[in-house]
This record gives sequence, C-alpha cells and structure tokens, in this order.
Amino acid sequence: MLHIPILRKGRPYRSLTVNRTPHHRTREPFVEISQANSGLVRRDLLDAEATWRILQGFRCEELVKMSQRAAEYFKDDTLPLGDSMQSPEEYVESISATTGLPHVMVRKNMMKIYGVMAEIESVLSGLTRGMDLSVLDEGYGVAGGHNVSFFPRGYNLGAVLPNNSPGVHSLWIPAIVMKSPLVLKPGSAEPWSPYRVIQAFIKAGCPPEVFGYYPTDHGGAGTILQSCGRSMLFGDVGAVKSWKNDPRIELHGPGYSKVILGEDCVDDYEKYLDVIIHSISENSGRSCINASAVWVPRKGREIAEALAARLAQIQPKPADDPEAKIAPFADPRVAERISKMIDGGLNEPGAVDVTAQYRSGGRVAQFEGCTYLLPTILHVDSVEHGLANKEFLFPFASVVEHPQAQMVDAIGPTLVVTAITSNEHLKQQLLASPHVGRLNLGPIPTMKIGWDQPHEGNLFEHLYARRAFQQQSAELVHH
Amino acid sequence: MSTATATDIELRQQQVKEKLDAWTREIVQWHFSPETGTPFWLDWAAKAGWDPRKEVHCYADLDKFGNFQDEWLRGGPVRKWIPKGQAGKPVYVFETGGSTGVPKSRVQMEDFRIDYEMFSETLSEEHFPKGADWISIGPSGPRRLRLAVEHLAQHRGGICFMVDLDPRWVIKLIKWGEMAMMERYKTHVIDQALTLLKAHPNIQCIFTTPKLLEAICEKVSLKKLGIKGIFCGGTEMTPQFCRFAVEELLDGVYFAPTYGNTLMGLAVHKPLTADDGYAIVYYPPTPRAMIEVVDPDNPTRIVGYGETGRVRLTTLTKDTFIPRFLERDECERERPHALYPWDGVRNVRPFSRFSSSVVEGVY
Repeated sequence: MLHIPILRKGRPYRSLTVNRTPHHRTREPFVEISQANSGLVRRDLLDAEATWRILQGFRCEELVKMSQRAAEYFKDDTLPLGDSMQSPEEYVESISATTGLPHVMVRKNMMKIYGVMAEIESVLSGLTRGMDLSVLDEGYGVAGGHNVSFFPRGYNLGAVLPNNSPGVHSLWIPAIVMKSPLVLKPGSAEPWSPYRVIQAFIKAGCPPEVFGYYPTDHGGAGTILQSCGRSMLFGDVGAVKSWKNDPRIELHGPGYSKVILGEDCVDDYEKYLDVIIHSISENSGRSCINASAVWVPRKGREIAEALAARLAQIQPKPADDPEAKIAPFADPRVAERISKMIDGGLNEPGAVDVTAQYRSGGRVAQFEGCTYLLPTILHVDSVEHGLANKEFLFPFASVVEHPQAQMVDAIGPTLVVTAITSNEHLKQQLLASPHVGRLNLGPIPTMKIGWDQPHEGNLFEHLYARRAFQQQSAELVHH
Repeated sequence: MSTATATDIELRQQQVKEKLDAWTREIVQWHFSPETGTPFWLDWAAKAGWDPRKEVHCYADLDKFGNFQDEWLRGGPVRKWIPKGQAGKPVYVFETGGSTGVPKSRVQMEDFRIDYEMFSETLSEEHFPKGADWISIGPSGPRRLRLAVEHLAQHRGGICFMVDLDPRWVIKLIKWGEMAMMERYKTHVIDQALTLLKAHPNIQCIFTTPKLLEAICEKVSLKKLGIKGIFCGGTEMTPQFCRFAVEELLDGVYFAPTYGNTLMGLAVHKPLTADDGYAIVYYPPTPRAMIEVVDPDNPTRIVGYGETGRVRLTTLTKDTFIPRFLERDECERERPHALYPWDGVRNVRPFSRFSSSVVEGVY
C-alpha cells in the first residue's frame, strides 16, 4: 500500500503508528500515513531558530523565483511521494479517492494552489501593501516614503490543516517566501497537497530542512500550536474554541458566509440566482467561503423556492465526470449525522426544508456505492432559529428573513458577505462591521477571491511586526 | 521456539491454570463466606439467589457473575467493599476517573504493597539497583500510584522523592482552552523534578508518565544525571512512543513501560525490541488479576491469538473481588511468554467504539 512518511526537517521518517485512510467509495484502505507522536514534533522544534536561519540565507527575490518554479513542478511534474512517485493525474485521483471530491473540483483546487505559487509576487504585494520585499532581507527599508523595519514574530509557522478542500492550502504557502519555515499537520483525508507542495519547493531549490510535515493526532496538533512561534488552525467549532485566547494562533473556523439582498434588489432576486447558487454550491459547498445563508428583508419563501428548484437539479455523478457538481462524503456516517442534525433542527417551529419537495428521495442519497447529502435549502423565519446560522460540508443554506435595518447588527461573525444592494447606508454599515472578514459589494459570488486580498487575517502581519525605526548615517555617528 | 520449550511452556501454562482455579475458589470462598465476606458481595449473593461458594469451581465459572458494573464503585458507603476478614487493618481509598462527577473508588488494605512487591521481582538489579533512590513525577492525590511507587522504592531499599501532578486540573485547563496555562503547569512540575534530580545524585530510578518523560528529556540527559531505569505508565503508550523514547530520548537508559490501574494493579511488560516493532506486550499479575481479550459483542468469548478485542479485567485478591469488568480499552491477545506463561495483551489503546464526533462547520 502507498505509504506517506513524516518529514522531519525534510527527511522522511516512517512511524510505527500509521493511519489508514480509506477510499471513499470502497472503504478499503487506500493510503497508509505515518503518524508523529507529540514528543517527536516537540523535539524537532527545539532548534527552531537554527532552521529559521537557513531561510534567512536567501533573499525574498530568490524565494519568489523558487515559488514560481515550484508552481510549475506542482502542476506538471511527477514528484516524490514517500518511496514512490506521483504524477499530477495521480495527485488528482488520490485526493478524489480520500476526500470524495470529483476530479473536476480537485483540478480547480489544484489550479488555486498553483495560482498562489505562480502569482506569489501579486499575493505578497497585496499582503504587504506593495512593500519592496528587500525590507525583509535587510530588516529595514523605505515603504511609501517612510522608514520601516519589521521583525519576525516567531521562528516558524505551524499549520493544522483541514480535509474539506485542497484550495485552503493556498493560505500558508506564501509563508515560505516570507522566510518562515513550515510545520504542517495535514488532515487525515488530505495529506496529498501539503506533501506535493513541499516536494515542488524542494525541487525548485528550497532547503528541505525548512519543511516539517507531521501527520499526527489531536495531541500532536496541540503540540504544533504550542511549539510554533506563529500558527494557523483550521478546525470546527470545538477545535478552534480551545485556542481562542492564544494570540499566536490565527483561527480558521466555520465561515458562516452570507449573501445579503437589500430592499432595493430583493424584488429582482431572479437576476442574482446564479450568483447565489454559485456561492452555495461551488466546490460542493465544502469551503468556508461558500454561502451558508441568504439574508433577505422579504420574499424569503419565494427565493428559497427558486433556489431549491435550481439546486435540486444537482445530482451525483461519477468522480471522473467533468459535469460533477457534488461530492460524496468520505465517511458515510458523517453524512448521516449531519442530516440528523438538520432534521433535529427542523423540529423547532419556523424552519422548513424547501428542497424536500423537489427531491424524489431523502436528503441522504446513494450513488455508485457512495453517500451524498443532496443540496438543501431551508426557509427560516427568524434569525433566532437554531438553523438560521449553520454551516455544513455540502451545499446547504438557510434563507432568512430579517429587516434590513437590523441585518448588520444580527449577522455575527461572517467570513464573506456578498451584499447585493445600492443602499449606501447598508454598505456603510457593512464596511464598519467588525464581523465581516471579506466584503463583496455587488453581485460577486462569495467564492470569488482576489490574490491580492488577505483572508481571515493578513499572513504578513501574522508573521511580522513593525517596529519604530530611525537611523543616523555612519558619518554623522563618527562626528 | 523449540518443541521442548513449547512443551515446557504448555506444562507451565497448565500449572498456571490449576493455580488460578484454586486461587479463584479460595477468593470466592473468602468474599462470600459470612465470616470473612465482603458486605457488597454477601448482599449481591442474597439477591442473586445462588451461592458462588457452591457453584464456582474454577476460573471459567466466574462467567456466571455476568459483567461487573463500574457504576457500583461510584459513591458510598465504601465500607461495603471491606471484607470482614480484613477488619481492623488500616484502610486506604483510591480513586480512578473523577475528572467530572463522582470518581470510582476502591478500598485497599494490602493489595498495593503486594502488587508492587510482585512487580519488583521483575525489575533487574542492573537498571533498578537495590538501595538506589527513586523519584516519582506524576499523579498523586487520591491515586494508588503515589503510595505504590513509594512502596516499590522502599521495598528495594530506596527512598522515593515526590513531585505531584494533578491530572484533573490538567483536563480542566484543556477544557477551558487554557493551553498556555497547561504548559506553565507542566513546566512547574518539570522544574521541581529537575531541581530534585540535580540535587540528589542517588536518585537512579524514575517513575513518570510518557508526556512528562518527554518534557524532562527536552531539558536534560537523564543518563548524564545518573538515571539507570525508567518505569513509565499512567497513560496510554504506543509502540511509536516506546521507539522514540528508546531511540531519541534516553541515551540507553532502560525503559520499562507498564499498564496498570487502580482496579487491576500492575501488569509487567515483555522487554521491548526493535525486531518486534517495539510492540508493548503486557502480562497481568496472575492469579491476582487477569486481563483477557474478549469479543466486544459477546464478552464471554475470548478472541483468538493476535485478534483484536476489548480488555476484560478480573481482580482476585483478599482485598478485592471484581469479576469480568469490561475496560474502556482494546488490544490484541498475545501468546504466553517464556517468562510469563499465560496470556498477555498487545498494544492496549482506548476502545475505538467509544470514539465518535460530529463536525460542525466548514473551515
């Protein structure tokens, strides 16, 4: 069976503890993944400063070029995978096998990862607001006509990564170009992308020592978060809650992303159905930037009906079908549990599964031995309802009616808001809201991202802090 | 294994079985006799409508009791567990669990001393020298471990230094998300241990938990401090941890993993070897306790050698009678060993059927 080792400072290490991740359809073990014990991770991080110094020997400019080369290797080359090699097509098939994502979606995510590596200059320019990266090489410089100096907040970036969708890996990749060694804990069903990104960078000339790849358990993930100078944590409600008090850790929990229709546009909702449907269902609803709610001042039921009628047309297709629009669950029990949670919530008066009438069977569906949750649109009559603000790993959204004047106060933490309105007051309210992570003004799908925009915090600011800085020239000092 | 050795082990297995059957009869007589019996069991037998003294002739007959319910150990009065035959002896009460709610209690008069004296026989002079001092770095408070390790050290002619760790507090800190505070607490524990280790050169043996051992070894070389043997337990251990400890943490200091709990006592390990994938194989302190591997769906059926099942514990001492208790662990059934000619257990870990989770949210 294919085996993925731990990478300890780039060196493969085969653990005696292994996890076997099954193929989502056959449930037979598909890949064996070495598991790191917590102490091993801690031990490797004891000399984090020495590892950090290795990357300081490179100029950012060199690392940018490496990233650009690595992008091509990632997309086109056959790269090492444990004791074997992996072609780009095998990479696509492997992700599909363990996560259930159809090939077409994996390829889109692959291109997203490729994009961030290839467009790294634009990404970094967005994160640093156009600063000349030589400032990071020298430790100081001039930006926007001002003296600036930045220092690293830690010697590495730890990342506890998710399984839901490979595109998420585009978030940590820029760290390596910003001279921060990486300590990655891949998800059990998506070990593929981080490993392949690392191999692409190594092939492009990046020192292997700056990459730690530690498949591990919950305790090992905690060790990474405890031991790394800076970290990112992707997790569900429970996982991120434990770390909310640690400023060293950037938390990526549920997105609760929303589309808002203003009073001025709600009557023309049919014009925006494509945008809303794209926001809910693209990538099979697996992203934190997928909309999980549509907030409207009126016509909630009518809009829910229109969305349900369209989304109910999405049906399971084979993994390699280019028209596949929905992914099965890698673990069928998860699908069953989610569906039960939704049914439990529907027992509370005020919510109805509008899609039910458009489906021939239940929400849980079987196709070619796989278990799916079919798209589900709820009409919910109050923001107080237990299902008004829920997010699940499939195309799911609640259409919620709420007076426009009170919407922004009520939305709560929301990763992406797409606001379809020309109402200046509503726009200003959203612009001022601390709850909104990304704001799209106009009919822009929540899934559309700009490379030059930060996502849930700015990685540059997470890795570096600015200090006050003044310098007197050497001649003056000697006077 | 040669034929002669196999025959020898089979012979010894038969002797072990006969001894176990005889011991079972003696213990059942003890706990169910009106003169020496345990109030809980006397009451149980009166309600059950059968007399274990007449119907239990061998170890296998203990199946007639069904499975022991651990809920019986929660709450009082704990005196119901003191056999009349042990009356007048000093009573200790030890607890297990208790992170939330009422912990399970086990009273003991002599067991912890006897168990650890038996265990002492399995420790080598080379790695756990007689007369050497010990340090115990781990849970104390209501746990039997603290007194037991101290008794072990004393039994071997040593003195046991103590550094306390409160695992219930650690669990609370994790629940509250106070991970930084948890680290500080761990550092507080380790700092105390290092101070003692550096100040007392006759400390040559350590008891500690896997996590604390890792943390200590991040700071010092135990070999350079003169440590010869480490007795490690208290929480789950994996072969990978044992390998890591042997290959990367200990510089050749002897590592003895153990499996034990307040209800059973202490199981001894088969020496670790790389050839065997650092498998952790334990043998129970027969006949005082038996750990068996049973079919989770039919817990009277012992699974085949090498097969996975749930751990079933039976404790048979003058202090305590616990028949057929299903632990929250699973493992593989292991063949007898030349040193321990009775069944063992391999790679004990939490029972997988108890783990389930619902993910809320996409991230």
